[in-house]
Amino acid sequence: MPVVVVNVMPKPEILDPQGKAVTGALTRMGHQGFSVRQGKRFEIEVEGDLTQARLEEVRQFAESLLANTVIENFEVIS
Amino acid sequence: MKIGVVTFPGSLDDDDAKRAVRLMGGEAVSLWHASDDLKGVDAVILPGGFSYGDYLRCGAIARFSPVMDEIVRQAHQGLPVLGICNGFQVLCEARLLPGALIRNEGRIFNALDQQLRVESNTTVWTSSFNTGEEITIAIKHGEGNYQADAETLKELEDTGRVVFRYLGNPNGSVHDIAGISNERGNVVGLMPHPEHNVDDQIANSLDGKKFFSSLAAFLGSKLPL
Repeated sequence: MPVVVVNVMPKPEILDPQGKAVTGALTRMGHQGFSVRQGKRFEIEVEGDLTQARLEEVRQFAESLLANTVIENFEVIS
Repeated sequence: MKIGVVTFPGSLDDDDAKRAVRLMGGEAVSLWHASDDLKGVDAVILPGGFSYGDYLRCGAIARFSPVMDEIVRQAHQGLPVLGICNGFQVLCEARLLPGALIRNEGRIFNALDQQLRVESNTTVWTSSFNTGEEITIAIKHGEGNYQADAETLKELEDTGRVVFRYLGNPNGSVHDIAGISNERGNVVGLMPHPEHNVDDQIANSLDGKKFFSSLAAFLGSKLPL
């Protein structure tokens, strides 16, 4: 089955406390000079053919459900 | 005064909210997330908790429940709606209120008696307060950090829709915002929990009572205060 991936990331201007926590842990582990931002990855299996219409459907629910575009950006990868 | 309280899977403070309604002389009506029947209530409270386990984002999945479709529809017609904590998050996700709530700055879960300043008494839920009044209401949340873009913030400030501000910001919210309203003033969302501040056996502050007396005044009913 074709798989569509949706990546969701906090907008650059929005604070990312989880990413900051991970960055802090890396620093404590001795990994200097890394700055982490944490997002989400969705893997969506599509029944049947992956048509433009189905892809557009994914884009629409990525915007309405998977991401909150007030605070997050998303990308759809097929 | 019939006040509906919605229970989502993962709601925690629905019983507290219903108890507060009864203590304030109202009739508490249980509403269920999977039904779009609002049972003819005069107002709705979306309670605190972790609806749908806070999966995806706080309030994101609750927004698409059948009960929310009907609440959004009636809210646009003027139904009073109060979103408390998780309820505030649901209202933002449902776009009844602008902005979003993210994880607290400092990653600290706050559970304390929080001082607030009432910034607007022109909403359905705050008319019993004086503007500028300083009150104490319990907070308990890990994701109460209110964020909105500059344009939205300007509109909220210019139109008097910032309803409560923190005195001593506990979570990093922009402009110290603890609660906001929609344009019409019938929908209010806030992170603090007024339902926890109505009973002198469990709280020092009883400032939560005025939310209910405000609603009663709006509905034209008398409360046995």
